[in-house]
Amino acid sequence: MQGNFITTRLNAMLGWGRKYSLFHYPYVTACCGMEYMSAACAHFDIDRFGAGWTRFSPRQSDLLLVVGTISQKQAPVLRTVYDQMTEPKWVIAFGACAVSGGIYDNYAVVQGVDQVIPVDIFIPGCPPRPEMVLDGLIKLQDKIQKTKQDWRWKKQRS
Amino acid sequence: MEETAILVALKRRFPQGVVDASAPLGDATIVVRKDALLEIIPFLKEKPYEFAMLLDLTCVDYPERAERFEMVYHLFSLAANRRLRIKLSVPENAAVVDSLVRFWKNADWLEREVFDMFGVRFAGHPDLRRLFMNDGFVGHPLRKDYPLRKRQPMISLRK
Amino acid sequence: MPSRIQSQARPDSLLINMGPSHPAMHGAVRIMLELDGERILNSEIEVGYLHRGFEKTCENRTYFNLLIYTDRLNYVSPLINNVGYVMTVEKLLGLNIPERAQYIRVLMSELSRISDHLTCLAAMAMECGAFTVFLYKMKAREFLWDVIEATTGARMTTSYIRIGGVRADLHADYEAAVQKGLAETRKVLKDVHGLLDKNKIFLNRTRDIGVMTPENAVNYGWTGPALRSTGIAYDVRKAHPYLTYDRLNFEIPTGERGDNFDRYMVRMREMDQSLRIVEQCLAKIPKAKTGLMADGLEPAEAIRAARTQKPDRPVKLSPNLEGSEKAVTKDILADDRRVTIPPKEETYTSIEGLISHFKYFMKGHGIRPPKGEAYLSVEGGNGELGYYIVSDGTDRPYRLHLRAPCLPLLAAIEELIKGRMVADVIPTFGSMNIILGELDR
Repeated sequence: MQGNFITTRLNAMLGWGRKYSLFHYPYVTACCGMEYMSAACAHFDIDRFGAGWTRFSPRQSDLLLVVGTISQKQAPVLRTVYDQMTEPKWVIAFGACAVSGGIYDNYAVVQGVDQVIPVDIFIPGCPPRPEMVLDGLIKLQDKIQKTKQDWRWKKQRS
Repeated sequence: MEETAILVALKRRFPQGVVDASAPLGDATIVVRKDALLEIIPFLKEKPYEFAMLLDLTCVDYPERAERFEMVYHLFSLAANRRLRIKLSVPENAAVVDSLVRFWKNADWLEREVFDMFGVRFAGHPDLRRLFMNDGFVGHPLRKDYPLRKRQPMISLRK
Repeated sequence: MPSRIQSQARPDSLLINMGPSHPAMHGAVRIMLELDGERILNSEIEVGYLHRGFEKTCENRTYFNLLIYTDRLNYVSPLINNVGYVMTVEKLLGLNIPERAQYIRVLMSELSRISDHLTCLAAMAMECGAFTVFLYKMKAREFLWDVIEATTGARMTTSYIRIGGVRADLHADYEAAVQKGLAETRKVLKDVHGLLDKNKIFLNRTRDIGVMTPENAVNYGWTGPALRSTGIAYDVRKAHPYLTYDRLNFEIPTGERGDNFDRYMVRMREMDQSLRIVEQCLAKIPKAKTGLMADGLEPAEAIRAARTQKPDRPVKLSPNLEGSEKAVTKDILADDRRVTIPPKEETYTSIEGLISHFKYFMKGHGIRPPKGEAYLSVEGGNGELGYYIVSDGTDRPYRLHLRAPCLPLLAAIEELIKGRMVADVIPTFGSMNIILGELDR
């Protein structure tokens, strides 16, 4: 019982620390980038949620914001960038094109980023309003808070 | 008025080259034969016409015609402030057009785009590769017989 | 793949890859540089990372439906793309639109153009290190987008300009909102002039870098602010005036040297001119009846009056409860059943209206321009934005091609950065305002 209590407290603390200090990597391709810029700037600040600092390198970030359409040519690049990120990492699919291919159902567009990398939060909209982006970010923060961390000193059997 | 003057002059100067000259909806248009292109362009670039800018270069696919691909060029003259459209057609089995790279530098990328999307080759182009699609792409997307949703993923996709 | 540079590079030089996931927020361009230390010997640009199949998709959509795809081309100034497409279809149809709709289109285009230049210069300044400029300009852009949102319903991808006019009239207190947006933009521009114009660091990074001669620019097919920075004053709004630009007073700012700093200054001055145009539009726009519901009353008042049933003010509401559209639509939409749906009063009360409305959306019917082709260009944020539409008489275009103004700009960058240092790539690239949505289509 004591062990469980301590690990849940530690889980909560680690979750709290991680969710309020997200370094995001904006993988911006298309029109949603404009709404990303709006969400990141003074009017709809994401800095107040702790996610303000944009790390322009996947190795230094833990949140991959896939913003905009991913074409078939771009998919291997996205996969490479995702693989370069270190654990723990989360992915937000921002905008209708990243969620499902959006209005482009044709030869050139990947129908949703989750066909390339695993996604945690989907933010629909074309483009989503900055308030929706902030709502998605808060949901991601809830998810991070509730994540059961992987404690290495316990023997994992699998 | 000026549009018709230039059309008349071109038809008189190149009677075999210029097949048709008209101005539908106010856009001066000439239809030329493929082998006359390299004569007409230098003539248009000099005074008094001075078509110094190639605005656009594209292609339209008419699969039911014998000459399937119709190239469309839009020229613009800054000095005289007028536009001209040049059209020429090539058949599918001989889809080669002379390249305009030596006249205008943006013809480089525009011709690469037409090659990528339609498959029309350009004789004299320094580096004819695909522009938009990846190099391993099979087919030419903007042709009418290429299905809209035929995807060729570069990496294996989940689900 | 950048195969040319990989095969031609010297064995002792360094090949560095920039992109396609660019931190400089321009979208997805890949530049492969061949370096000797810090000097660029050669470069190769690869595009196509945002190719979304716009032209092929448009062949499968009706003229009305494909309007949404045009918004997403030059996504920083979406209304100008709408205007270009719609005017090309109107050219094919031979349609004239009401004057108030023309003024509204000009007003919205200029607000879009201002937000385009704000975004471009904000990104360029941020990449040179001036983060404050980015935040200031985004703040001004928000005020402009508030105006656009209150009228059109969306901040960015509006699909507001329709074939035959515009979707809805300007909202009730648009004048106050526009004045606020203009005042904020003027304040921000004044601040940015103070921050960047004589800033030694910014000048060092942009003066005499990326220099283009006028003849070379014309040979490349440059148009727009980049061409004007070399000294050639070509602007589609003055050369081939469309909408109401021939009735408005504005100037065309030009540069002298064709370097990055001139492109920056030309854009800043163009924003001043656009602000002038917006003010003139506010003054000159013809009056319209606002959305009156019944008997000269505002909608909320009319509903209240109808409910209370005061005998001195008998008010009869229209049967569709949406308000009177008939009064409004004549100002903003051409009265041509080939291209517009009838006002709701006619749709719900007459059989001809119902049939016209129905046929507009039926497959195979709707907007069907006559067979032919047309090319029309408008002045986009980057230059001459041209649409070439080939129509075969059906309700879908046979071919729709966009003349992207930033394709020649990007094609010239290989030549401009040759021999310069790696750090010069960033302001050069930024000053061109490469928008991948319209380049890759």
